[in-house]
Amino acid sequence: MNLLRKLTSVLALTLVFSAGAQSAFAQESRGPLRIEITEGVIEPLPFAVPDFVPDSAAATELAQQIGRVVAADLEGTGLFREIGKEAFIANVTSFDSPVQYADWRAINAQALITGAVSVTRGGRVTVKFRLFDVFSGQEMGSGLQLGGTTASWRRLAHKVADTVYSRITGEGPYFDSRVVFVSESGPKDNRRKRLAIMDYDGANVQFLTDSSSIVLAPRFSPAGDRVLYTSYETGFPRIYLLDVSSVQRRELGAQEGTMTFAPRFSPDGNRVVYSLSAGGNTDIYVLDIRSGTPQRLTSAPSIETAPSFSPDGRQIVFESDRSGSPQLYIMSASGGEARRISFGPGRYGTPVWSPRGDLIAFTKQNQGRFHIGVMRLDGSEERLLTASFLDEGPTWSPNGRVIMFMRETAGAGGVASLYSVDISGRNLRRIDTGGAASDPSWSPLLP
Amino acid sequence: MRHLKKTFLVVALLGLGACTSPGQYGNSNGANMDGSDASNPSSPAYFSQTVGDRVLFVVNQSSLTDEARETLNGQAVWLNANPEYDALIEGHADERGTREYNLALGARRANAVQEYLLSKGIAASRLQVVSYGKERPVAICSDDTCYSQNRRAVTVISAGGLSS
Repeated sequence: MNLLRKLTSVLALTLVFSAGAQSAFAQESRGPLRIEITEGVIEPLPFAVPDFVPDSAAATELAQQIGRVVAADLEGTGLFREIGKEAFIANVTSFDSPVQYADWRAINAQALITGAVSVTRGGRVTVKFRLFDVFSGQEMGSGLQLGGTTASWRRLAHKVADTVYSRITGEGPYFDSRVVFVSESGPKDNRRKRLAIMDYDGANVQFLTDSSSIVLAPRFSPAGDRVLYTSYETGFPRIYLLDVSSVQRRELGAQEGTMTFAPRFSPDGNRVVYSLSAGGNTDIYVLDIRSGTPQRLTSAPSIETAPSFSPDGRQIVFESDRSGSPQLYIMSASGGEARRISFGPGRYGTPVWSPRGDLIAFTKQNQGRFHIGVMRLDGSEERLLTASFLDEGPTWSPNGRVIMFMRETAGAGGVASLYSVDISGRNLRRIDTGGAASDPSWSPLLP
Repeated sequence: MRHLKKTFLVVALLGLGACTSPGQYGNSNGANMDGSDASNPSSPAYFSQTVGDRVLFVVNQSSLTDEARETLNGQAVWLNANPEYDALIEGHADERGTREYNLALGARRANAVQEYLLSKGIAASRLQVVSYGKERPVAICSDDTCYSQNRRAVTVISAGGLSS
């Protein structure tokens, strides 16, 4: 229990973002073993995860699986490289025996993660683990113990990997999180869409709606307990609020003769900012969830859509074609004057404020290609991270280091998939969701 | 309000009952959606096949071309002659834009058609609009031969007179 509490405080500490620039990552030295993320090419840090030691035959399979998920999480960042078991000189057969550093130095494992797994009657799992800095011959931080149900074993593995990642990079964790998205099937002219939720790495896909109506662009609440989305279940696009655990949903802000879409939560989870189309004109509104009272924030004949709150709730970034083509603007959360922040060639859309508050991720369309990019709040330092026939709809990892988005291939057989990319532009990866997928929204770190 | 809901229900029944997908969302290209006789000038089938149920738009635009106005003049004549029917105007966009922007663009296109029909004397109570953005393309290749067909507004006829 003490150890678990320690873990919670470690996680809480790393969530307090250093206010510095995103490139000044891992500023404070945490001993010799650390990864500093810069704009340059990174040499992934070699690590070893010997099979976690099971306390009984019943724990053997789980111990192996947990070790595999920890290794996959770390490798998936592109910052770490696992040294395979075939290279091991020795193995770890007891969690409490002293580490033979020489054995791990010989195979150039800079970090070593050891663990033990026990399963109790009643389906409880306990995972203990330690992280070692092999070349300085020291344990890095103290060992931790985590507990949960056997059904939640992947979350325990993600928490282990999150702790290792945070200790070595100095960054906030993000593996113990989920993604809500649109699962797609059927031909391009009659796509079936349904809401689904999964672990951040594509495991444990579960459906939240059926495919009887078109559903679009789900968005997680700041606590991860609710989802906003757009559905055509009345025949017209309308906003719905869905409770993740009960899967109960209700319509929000319906006004006869209008269409509502592109909803997102305010950082306190009490309000929804969205677009409403009436008489052919689309503007931005904000609605108090409890009272249901809408307030209009923009009032222009142009299209105003895709609003996203700043993490402090004071400002809103959105997309407007008031200049003649879609560009990004920032206004106060109460409306009023907006300042344009995108000035490069092409069309900009779907802006999303980073959880650290310092960057805006966006979709850009230029010369027949689509890109996911990031820029600072004044539009400077625009950086395009991806390019393809159709990349769209960025969403931020809880620690603001990684962006997930949708990529759709061209042609009659075009298919949408989810991808992630580091905000440095490195480590582009396709996420296996077990089928076509679009419109991802990343949850906060799970409690 | 009750009127609108009932009207939509009828549209949905026609769409589901009388034709298989992709007949919904204005993909029919004039098939006999409701089983009506296309040679009967008062039938919805005549409307979609002979009068023309759709108008096309230029990239990122919602203004009506001369050709579109001509089609809509015919739609207005038909709607004035057949007051027992209502219409749902669907706005669509091609796939070269973001989901949100295309929903807003589809709303603009549907509205342009609605405004034109209103100006020709069709009662506002008979016209509804919906945008599908890029969700329901009628042609699925990824070049302008398809995109130009997808940038459309389709007037879908429904038996609205039943609810009045």
